[in-house]
Amino acid sequence: MPEPFRVILFIIFVMAFAGLNAAYLVWCERKGAGHIQRRIGPKEVGPFGLLQPIADGIKLMTKQLFLPKGADPLLFMAAPLMVMVPAIMSFMVIPFSETFVAREVNIGLLMIFAFASVNVLGLLLGGWGSGNKYAVIAAARCVSQNIAYEIPMLVTTITMVMVTNTMNLNEIVRAQAGWFFHWHIFRLDISLLMPVAFLIFFVCSLAETNRAPFDMAEAESELIAGAYTEYPGMGFGVFFMGEYANIVIGCALSVILFLGGWQSPIPFHPVGFLGVIWGLFWFLTKLYALIFTVIWIRWTYPRTQFYELLNLSWKVLIPISLFNLILTALQIKIFPWL
Amino acid sequence: MVPLFSAEGLSSLVFIFIVITTVLGAVIATHSERLIRAVTGLAICFIGVAGLYYYLNSPFLALMEMLIYVGAVCVTIVFAVMLADPNPKSEVGKGSIFTGPLSFSLGILLFWGLSALAGKTAWIPSSGTINDGSLEEVGRSLLTNYSMAFELISLVLLLAIIGALVLARRGRTQTGGES
Repeated sequence: MPEPFRVILFIIFVMAFAGLNAAYLVWCERKGAGHIQRRIGPKEVGPFGLLQPIADGIKLMTKQLFLPKGADPLLFMAAPLMVMVPAIMSFMVIPFSETFVAREVNIGLLMIFAFASVNVLGLLLGGWGSGNKYAVIAAARCVSQNIAYEIPMLVTTITMVMVTNTMNLNEIVRAQAGWFFHWHIFRLDISLLMPVAFLIFFVCSLAETNRAPFDMAEAESELIAGAYTEYPGMGFGVFFMGEYANIVIGCALSVILFLGGWQSPIPFHPVGFLGVIWGLFWFLTKLYALIFTVIWIRWTYPRTQFYELLNLSWKVLIPISLFNLILTALQIKIFPWL
Repeated sequence: MVPLFSAEGLSSLVFIFIVITTVLGAVIATHSERLIRAVTGLAICFIGVAGLYYYLNSPFLALMEMLIYVGAVCVTIVFAVMLADPNPKSEVGKGSIFTGPLSFSLGILLFWGLSALAGKTAWIPSSGTINDGSLEEVGRSLLTNYSMAFELISLVLLLAIIGALVLARRGRTQTGGES
């Protein structure tokens, strides 16, 4: 297939994937929440409530797009897009399977971080553009949180780049071929703190995507709905889709960097089309296991206090990730036999 | 004339789009009365500049432009603006009647001068690319040829961090401070 058509097909696939993910992760979230709280969750619309997301979507689309008084119309309308579009861009470099990737970019890892950094600007402008005090407070919190958690996340990522010597996501996955103990999270011979690095990365991706226990951008018990307070109908829907797309990207990065991406736990990889399916199967299994963990955490732990949140990043995560960086450098350069 | 539906045609179309984005962002940044819209224009302008870097064969620099200028600088500016008055009264007065025509003619003059200069200069085409602009090359030159500048920049950043700490510490007392 010629390259432009392949890329266009991928764009369609990625948009469908992002949209369906958002819809059905909401369903998973509600079902999970229900079962964790000894309820059933959505069950009326369709079998097991499976059509609930579609009903929700129709409901959101029929709502009037209402512009609150005192809002900045341009920023108010542009903000949801600024959350959604970069998330879709990031999907373009994620290797779902060895050959199942839109563009194998040499600096794919950097590209994801570059586009993910626009996300916070979208939330900030949305919160500000609403002209609502709760929204502004949420936006201010959101920025200090994002800045605080970006540092340990990037330091951990630099450590991983040092280990793999590349920013090409597919190359990073290829470096973890073989048995499951070749996945980076188990490679204590490269860095003694590898599982800790994974934990730091995962916690930071929770914070970067504004998920509980770090959901300061929404914080419904304190700030109504935070930065989304004034958003009606699909404006809110697009924010939500962006949020879920960001969760998928965060978890996909964790899977690629630490859990072996599309590699299976046993050294077996069929060739050709079967290989693509095999890789896809393992990647999606790991991805959704992590996403389930994210949902599980949300319904298990209460929201942290804001000061606790900042303290965790500046006093715990950043020192540990810096120490990990130095330790990994030492282990790679000075004690390569360890 | 390059046909539109070829690789070159499409890429020049995208290039024109990027140039328009850059100029449009810059115009928004300089012409909006609300500070926050100006910052948004600046962000759009930076995204366009990132695209220009991409066309200059340096994807690494393009992504760094996004990461640092859009993701960090613009967010910091917006954050600073948010701490200020939400809708400040415009303090820029209406200048005298000559302001408009004068700045317009000066702008025309400047544009004419620069384009005449650009048109008349005998540009020497660079003999091959300096390096391929990849991550490895950038890293290598930062740690060899430009290591002095690199170290100086880190010194400046260190000073900025210490300065911020000093400024932030000043307002705090033992009793009324945070836990």
